[in-house]
Amino acid sequence: MDEELERDERVFLLGEEVAQYDGAYKVSRGLWKKYGDQRIIDTPITEMGFTGIAVGAAMAGLRPICEFMTFNFSMQAIDQVINSAAKTCYMSAGLQSVPIVFRGPNGSSAGVAAQHSQCFAAWYGHCPGLKVVSPWSAEDARGLLKAAIRDDNPVVFLENELMYGVPFEMSEESQSKDFTIPIGKAKVERQGSHVTLVAHSRYVSHCLDAAAVLSKEGVECEVVNLRSIRPLDMECIEASVMKTNHLVTVEGGWPQFGVGAEICARIMEGPAFNYLDAPVTRVSGVDIPMPYAKILEDNSVPQIKDIIFTVKKTLNI
Amino acid sequence: MLTNISTVLRTCVQRNGTAAVASARTYTDFTPQATFEIKKCDTHKLDTAPATEVVMTREEGLQYYRTMQTMRRMELKADQLYKQKIIRGFCHLYDGQEACAVGIEASINLSDHLITAYRAHGYTFTRGATVRQIMAELTGRRGGIAKGKGGSMHMYAKNFYGGNGIVGAQVPLGAGIALACKYQGKNELSVSLYGDGAANQGQIFETYNMAALWKLPAIFICENNKYAMGMSVERSAASTDYYKRGDYIPGLRVDGMDVLCVREATKFAADHCRAGKGPMLMELQTYRYHGHSMSDPGVSYRTRDEVQEVRSKSDPISLLKDRMLSNNMASVEELKEIDVSVRKEIEDAAQYATTDPEPPLEELCNHIFHNDAPLDVRGTNAWSKLKSTS
Repeated sequence: MDEELERDERVFLLGEEVAQYDGAYKVSRGLWKKYGDQRIIDTPITEMGFTGIAVGAAMAGLRPICEFMTFNFSMQAIDQVINSAAKTCYMSAGLQSVPIVFRGPNGSSAGVAAQHSQCFAAWYGHCPGLKVVSPWSAEDARGLLKAAIRDDNPVVFLENELMYGVPFEMSEESQSKDFTIPIGKAKVERQGSHVTLVAHSRYVSHCLDAAAVLSKEGVECEVVNLRSIRPLDMECIEASVMKTNHLVTVEGGWPQFGVGAEICARIMEGPAFNYLDAPVTRVSGVDIPMPYAKILEDNSVPQIKDIIFTVKKTLNI
Repeated sequence: MLTNISTVLRTCVQRNGTAAVASARTYTDFTPQATFEIKKCDTHKLDTAPATEVVMTREEGLQYYRTMQTMRRMELKADQLYKQKIIRGFCHLYDGQEACAVGIEASINLSDHLITAYRAHGYTFTRGATVRQIMAELTGRRGGIAKGKGGSMHMYAKNFYGGNGIVGAQVPLGAGIALACKYQGKNELSVSLYGDGAANQGQIFETYNMAALWKLPAIFICENNKYAMGMSVERSAASTDYYKRGDYIPGLRVDGMDVLCVREATKFAADHCRAGKGPMLMELQTYRYHGHSMSDPGVSYRTRDEVQEVRSKSDPISLLKDRMLSNNMASVEELKEIDVSVRKEIEDAAQYATTDPEPPLEELCNHIFHNDAPLDVRGTNAWSKLKSTS
């Protein structure tokens, strides 16, 4: 964000505690000291109001980054995201663009219970007019955020609180100031030949961990990091499935109408269907509001053993 | 605009050859400007108030007259077309409220910004669109201002941000536009309009808070036409003093049927904002002749007598006309000529709007994004792959 703020003076950040508190999760640390009140704005706790203000500012020529302390609070403002931001370019036949980024942590955390743990990938991914991305690695976060800020359209940027503290190795190239990752393109994080695992955000790690365990048993998993929820890179998934003949989707969100459900539907409609040796199957969060007690919470989200179990079922081993 | 009138009159003269035309009076016979007494505004948290003695020139009067008459005739034509099922869906008409749009525009510049809700056809016009573009949008044709993709509630023009369907949502947007004005330092301001119904929306109070806190150059204007669909103001608001509802934001209650009142109050508010004093609130007391929309006959929650009374005693166009005639600022014939000219313009626009073809099917998926590479969009079935360009 620092680099993008420096690069384009129309870019600014607003949200709760982003300025003087350095960000609720310290994502915007140091920015207020460097850029000041005009460009890093602390808002009152009024999501619908400040999201509308951010969208209006985007309509009038600025390039706001609107932070939701978590995406759970974006529900208060969802009308502004969908009806004021996403649909406007279309409704105006291209006369009015809305270059805005909505970002913040999404999905489950640890011990924050039901109202603070929902994954919004499916809800936002449902709507035309939005681009929705869900980074996993540091490289993803960096490249996709820069792409999102430079994009002239509304982008929903789903971060993950548990991933904030996870270190990643980064290439020289990915540390350059102009490093961007194209929105809408997935990445194969691990090559494999027996089964394709598709995930986004934190669960990419789970898939890689499961793949490591399965590798010892002679099962080689190909792990696809979606990076983008909308547009969904079906070509990448299809190419992988045509190679491995098996597909398992993994996500933290609820199963009904979720990311995995969409992938299943599209696989059936596309060229990869005929390459399947088994039905596509999904690993997802349990279909309940998130409980608090640790034992319950741990069993409400996909664990590595769930992925391993599902892979074996799919491969019939 | 004045050129239009003089051209019309000159044409009349030429057509009649050497014969003297009825309107043989030249412009020098008319009063060039006059001073008018207007109603005092109620104020909230203000030490001064807009002027009550104002000057209007003949040119201004003719321009306000023509603009209001155009808006009036345009809305009535839309009523006709809707009843003929040529306009579909929602159609919220503005007739009766013309003085608001015209008065506001008289005191701001086209370089300022304006946003309103769905009763927007009038504002689309005052912000620079042509009647043709507006009507063709209502009929969903390719010549519409949004190429037929928006319809009645989603019209846009330069520095005019619609046309918004969700009640109240346009107010935070308007404050965001004001934030951009302040940020970009161009001494522009943002006018955000909403109705008496929207005035109870929480997001508006959230917006008041931030606009006042950050001293945004925003004028919030409540067009109080006394009814939010079928809910009268008494039935929906614990406090109907809408101009006070901004609490810490100074407010004015204005006679919205008098274009000069609206003009003067807007000037006062604009000066306040441009001086960097922060937002202001205006309540315009106005009236809509039609129901809430074309699906509402508008007489189940108010009497026909009430509508008739407003029409006969407070019509904004009649008020202006009477002022101009009694001060010798125009002749009856001259105003009639304007009426004829306006009628012709509307007929011409309606003709265009009903004959212009609908947008081509190839355009279906375009404009989802701005400045983006072409993309494929799924059609209604798995084999239908449509193209979208921005």
